[in-house]
Amino acid sequence: MTTFMSRNDLFLFLGFTIVVLAMPIWLAPFGAGYPDLLQRFMIFGIFAVGFNILFGLTGYLSFGHAAFFGVGSYAAVWSFKLLTLDAIPAMIFAVLISGLFALIIGFLCLRRSGIYFSILTLAFAQMSYNLAYSVLTPITNGETGLQLTLADPRVLDAAVGQTFVGQPVPTLLGQQLGGYAGFYFCAGFLILAFFIAQRIAGSPFGMMLKAIKSNQTRMQFTGFNTRPYALSAFVISGMYAGLAGALLAVTDPLAGAERMQWTASGEVVLMTILGGVGTLVGPVIGAWIIKYFENILSALNDNILARFWSFLPEGVADVVVKITSKFVGDGWHLTLGLAFVIVVIFLPGGIMEGVRRIAAAFRRSGSSSAKPSARTQPAE
Amino acid sequence: MEKSNVVLHVADVHKRFGGLHALADIDLQVEEGKTHAIIGPNGAGKSTLLNVIIGKLAPTSGQVVFDGTVLTGRKPYQINQLGIARVFQTPEIFADLSVLHNVMIPALAKRDGMFTLNMLRSLDSETGIRAEAEHMLEDVGMTNRREMLAGSLSRGDKRRMELAMCLIQHPRLLLLDEPTAGMSRHDTNTTIELLKKIKSRGMTKVIIEHDMHVVFSLADKISVLAQGRIIADGSPDEVRGNPKVQEAYLGGAH
Ligand SMILES: Nc1ncnc2c1ncn2[C@@H]1O[C@H](COP(=O)(O)OP(=O)(O)OP(=O)(O)O)[C@@H](O)[C@H]1O
Ligand SMILES: [Mg+2]
Repeated sequence: MTTFMSRNDLFLFLGFTIVVLAMPIWLAPFGAGYPDLLQRFMIFGIFAVGFNILFGLTGYLSFGHAAFFGVGSYAAVWSFKLLTLDAIPAMIFAVLISGLFALIIGFLCLRRSGIYFSILTLAFAQMSYNLAYSVLTPITNGETGLQLTLADPRVLDAAVGQTFVGQPVPTLLGQQLGGYAGFYFCAGFLILAFFIAQRIAGSPFGMMLKAIKSNQTRMQFTGFNTRPYALSAFVISGMYAGLAGALLAVTDPLAGAERMQWTASGEVVLMTILGGVGTLVGPVIGAWIIKYFENILSALNDNILARFWSFLPEGVADVVVKITSKFVGDGWHLTLGLAFVIVVIFLPGGIMEGVRRIAAAFRRSGSSSAKPSARTQPAE
Repeated sequence: MEKSNVVLHVADVHKRFGGLHALADIDLQVEEGKTHAIIGPNGAGKSTLLNVIIGKLAPTSGQVVFDGTVLTGRKPYQINQLGIARVFQTPEIFADLSVLHNVMIPALAKRDGMFTLNMLRSLDSETGIRAEAEHMLEDVGMTNRREMLAGSLSRGDKRRMELAMCLIQHPRLLLLDEPTAGMSRHDTNTTIELLKKIKSRGMTKVIIEHDMHVVFSLADKISVLAQGRIIADGSPDEVRGNPKVQEAYLGGAH
């Protein structure tokens, strides 16, 4: 057991699991305890955890991961249409297809590193996005998006004689996956995704990824072929993205190409950096915070703002409403951008660095006479 | 000179950087188990020669043969896997990782080869590799620094750690590019002792050094490089007595 997982890792994992499963309770006071939003917390948490394996551990910044997210969504919807409404085959199918897709794109993009790698991933993702709207419309159903219909063959369901009345919805062993059932389904996957990421980070393979980020040249002169390591990290993170995309299709079985757009790729970069690049929980927290504020701010409009600022004198209130309205609704990305700039400038390690700093300050004030921390370097 | 136990043969190597002839007609034979020093003024082409050997640079012409295997055209990681390790002139280390991990990584390369997808094992269960790394750090006198981030070490300690990273692979050929530069006199002497100890184990070494004290206490053979050419070659005493060398290099300094 001790070699399976260290004590600290075990506590982190158990703590994470409890926090996730209890979300409907502790998020209720924040007005975020409802299934629809909770599901998105889980889905984008998975996306960010996987993205961090490539960006945080290996140091390759991809600007095209939404492509794998989108592929996962399409693959899942096709599984619902052709095979069965059960969610498990859809998950497996989506992860395999997005992994295969990531293998091809990763193989091509990893011929370069640094900014050229980033631009290649962006180019491939935009190509996929455009193809989804044009040549590939038989697969993607273009702008309308891919939907479930009563006429879908669903061969496995048909074989066991299962029929549905009304709009088909994804199920798990016959149970519909709406509401809290959908949330717990996604939560199970987030916990599994977190566990795997934790194992990877704590394995010799994970150390190699960190070493590639730190000094790729040294890795090569140490006898490692770094390309397959980076490619494995790329494929794993692509599969995570595909899994997240598939879960979005489970909770809302309509796959559209906008999920593959570059803004969606950029969003996962922001989540990871905001939370803390290279940390395990940081990216998840980043994803939750962005989705939480997106939910609140994008729902605001001029009327709500006018009521909020109504305590101000008439003329002033109008001006304030006009200004603040630019930061909410569709303009909430402006707020996101501002928050991002502030974090990167003042807390380059993201929220996790903030947490560490606060913890360190507490420790210092709590026991000023205690021995200095282990990281303190001996004087030269 | 017996030819039988030559383990590294640099044969007629030229290297041009545009108009600069950095290496001209280099022919170098390193014998098994010996320490071969390469000395020469700044910009003579010493580091370039090592870069050609380990596959960082391709020679313009000529080739490098290691124990019957042609190295020229192979990738750096393949050359390392054949048993060649190098300490660089400016330390090449994993600055963001701990000293212990820096030394464990090369040990894993030696054990597992150039690529393994070992992500189901835990690093904590690698007790063998860990013990090996701790032992190595003890040898270079860095046990008390093993949890520190490598990037925060002093220049001399980075070098010692890099040496440990190479030694843990038990290479057949060790290339050292000024391994004692930036070290205090005391640390230099410790390093000389360490290198002597390895010598008794039969590892072949090529060492570039400016410090003549180091060169003369370690080398079995010395080649003098100036402006990309080997101008003298022989035992330490022969080289010391060579008037061409005195003029080109040792001149004022010695
Ligand atoms: N990659 C390169 N591209 C162009 N020129 C180079 C390159 N590497 C080395 N040189 C040039 O080749 C010459 C030899 O350089 P090298 O680094 O081999 O010298 P050195 O003998 O190691 O000197 P030092 O004692 O200063 O380390 C120098 O003039 C250097 O500027
Ligand atoms: Mg040099």
